[in-house]
Amino acid sequence: MWQGERDVTKPENTSPAVEAAGPIFDYEMMIQEDKVHQRLYTEPGIFREELTRIFGAVWVYLAHESQVPEKDNFVTSRMGLRPLIIVRDSQGDIRALYNRCTHRGSTICRQSSGSAKSFQCPYHGWSYFNSGKLSGVPWPEGYACDFSDAKYNLAQVPRVASFRGFIFGTLNLDAPSLGDYLGPVREPINDWLDRHPGGKVKFSSANRLKYMGNWKLAYDNSADGYHVLFSHRSLLAMENRHHEDERKGMSFYKGSPDGAPMYVKYYPNGHHFKDKRPNIENRPGALWEIEGTFPGMEHYEALFRERYGVKADRALDLASSEPVNINVFPNLHILGNHVQVTQPISYNETDTTWYGTAVVDDDGELSGAVDDINTIRMRTQEAFPNFGEVDDLANFEQIQAGLAAEEDEWVYMHRGLGIKDRITEEDGVFTAPATDEVFMREYMKVYKNLMTSTPNIAITREV
Amino acid sequence: MQTVDGSIHTPHYIDDEYYQKLVSDFSGWRRADREVTDPVFRDSCRRFLDLEARFLDEIRLEDWLKLYAPNCVYWVPSSAEGGDPRKEVSISFDDRRRLEDRIFRLSTGAAWSQRPTSRTVRLISNIEVYATDQLEIVMVRSNFQTTEFRAGETRLWSGRYSHRLRDVGNEFEILVKQVNLINYDQNLRNPSIIL
Repeated sequence: MWQGERDVTKPENTSPAVEAAGPIFDYEMMIQEDKVHQRLYTEPGIFREELTRIFGAVWVYLAHESQVPEKDNFVTSRMGLRPLIIVRDSQGDIRALYNRCTHRGSTICRQSSGSAKSFQCPYHGWSYFNSGKLSGVPWPEGYACDFSDAKYNLAQVPRVASFRGFIFGTLNLDAPSLGDYLGPVREPINDWLDRHPGGKVKFSSANRLKYMGNWKLAYDNSADGYHVLFSHRSLLAMENRHHEDERKGMSFYKGSPDGAPMYVKYYPNGHHFKDKRPNIENRPGALWEIEGTFPGMEHYEALFRERYGVKADRALDLASSEPVNINVFPNLHILGNHVQVTQPISYNETDTTWYGTAVVDDDGELSGAVDDINTIRMRTQEAFPNFGEVDDLANFEQIQAGLAAEEDEWVYMHRGLGIKDRITEEDGVFTAPATDEVFMREYMKVYKNLMTSTPNIAITREV
Repeated sequence: MQTVDGSIHTPHYIDDEYYQKLVSDFSGWRRADREVTDPVFRDSCRRFLDLEARFLDEIRLEDWLKLYAPNCVYWVPSSAEGGDPRKEVSISFDDRRRLEDRIFRLSTGAAWSQRPTSRTVRLISNIEVYATDQLEIVMVRSNFQTTEFRAGETRLWSGRYSHRLRDVGNEFEILVKQVNLINYDQNLRNPSIIL
């Protein structure tokens, strides 16, 4: 898994138990009030510690329930680098099984999704029920052991929980409940879901992207209102090239974005929220009016207005991008209509997968418009990955390249720091203007605390 | 109502009828009994695909776009053969206007994913030509391998093209180009060139 050189100061085959002895890097020095050290992004040994102290210690987003809607459905995922099978087992319980044969360690499931009551390891044929329990091994008479011993059942993430369809897991027995971990970031997630009929969405296919850079570059960017006009200059120019009033897309960043009604909120535990909704009038049709052009736009708008009358604006808004960025530490981002998942691969490689979401209308609230809404929602969702995200990822890669200058140690995150009355704080929730970097500074404090703490890591097995 | 392959250009041709026809046109078209084996005609298809590749390699994007019909689609599906684009997000799904937008964006000088610009060479081979129900329209399937050099690194894009071409006398125009990447379901690094 490693890319580049191994960290020679660290022994091979470090187990979490050895890491529990304490961090070997000086996080106090590397994370300061206004800046962080470049090694956080470039040091393979730090990445190795993150796999336990971050991705083993907090609630990590694993999958969405709409990916496993029926019993026996599964989807593969990862928690840090741990390969997992997220399965709705034959009893209907959602489990996060380690995709690792207890025999010799091979992955047992090599399909990204599907339906299975059991999994058989391709290497020697050991088989497991989708509860994780061993169902059989070939020629058992060759073994003297008792295969009913739980140690032969698949390892599982001991704590798996779901919040409104979003499935999370943690290995840390001392972590708070998922609800407490999420805390007030649940409010914008509730809002985001509740704009849809039935308060839910289902996952569609995804725009899958990758960059050669550290995973935290994506998290640093996720509520960054400072980069928009620069990193996305070509997108904004493109979206507004046929519109004289230049209101399309994220045009509300133009001029003085800190004076605009939008804001950034930092929540406890590393979560944050960029709320751009206040820039838009709170009325049906307002979101649709700033949506950029896309294939089929005029046809479907005319169709909706003719067919659904006064309800047309709500339907068109459901196909339009919701102007929020909701970021759940460390790997879940809800933005526009996308659910973006960050998957670290190595200290300098990260996958970022942009799941499209579709509207579900079980109760017929939308008078039959749901399929047409989803048709155009698929097209609106293709715009940002094609014309926006690619430029951010190019910039992330160039940050990674720039940080190779190791003597120039610091990365600054001090925008807004020390300016009177700019940032307000109440019960650990900070509110600041849209371009402020307060969310980076605050999540880095959480990161530092995690990287200098010892999580109570455990796995579990069926008995 | 306008048909996909109709001769009158409409700027807003993507509608439900278009999608239905697109899905239907791109399923089950490789029928042995419809393969066009005439070497002269097949060579004219090959030369046309080579021309398209050359315009892209030379970053002559305005010339490239002139090869496309007014009511065209450039489609890179996120599923193996391209399912129903009404139900899934595509890697790219561009109508004529979005292709113009794509070229415009690349020309702004601020499309950082293409600063510096990629240098590419495209190899196209294994060309098969199939007749359709319409005399003037053919489907051309080919394999492609595009080598991309950018910012000090060389990378490969591989897959199949399916071109839906209309024979307009002494040349063709592209009605639909579908690009089936072999790694359509994987995370792609900087997919910012036109494939």
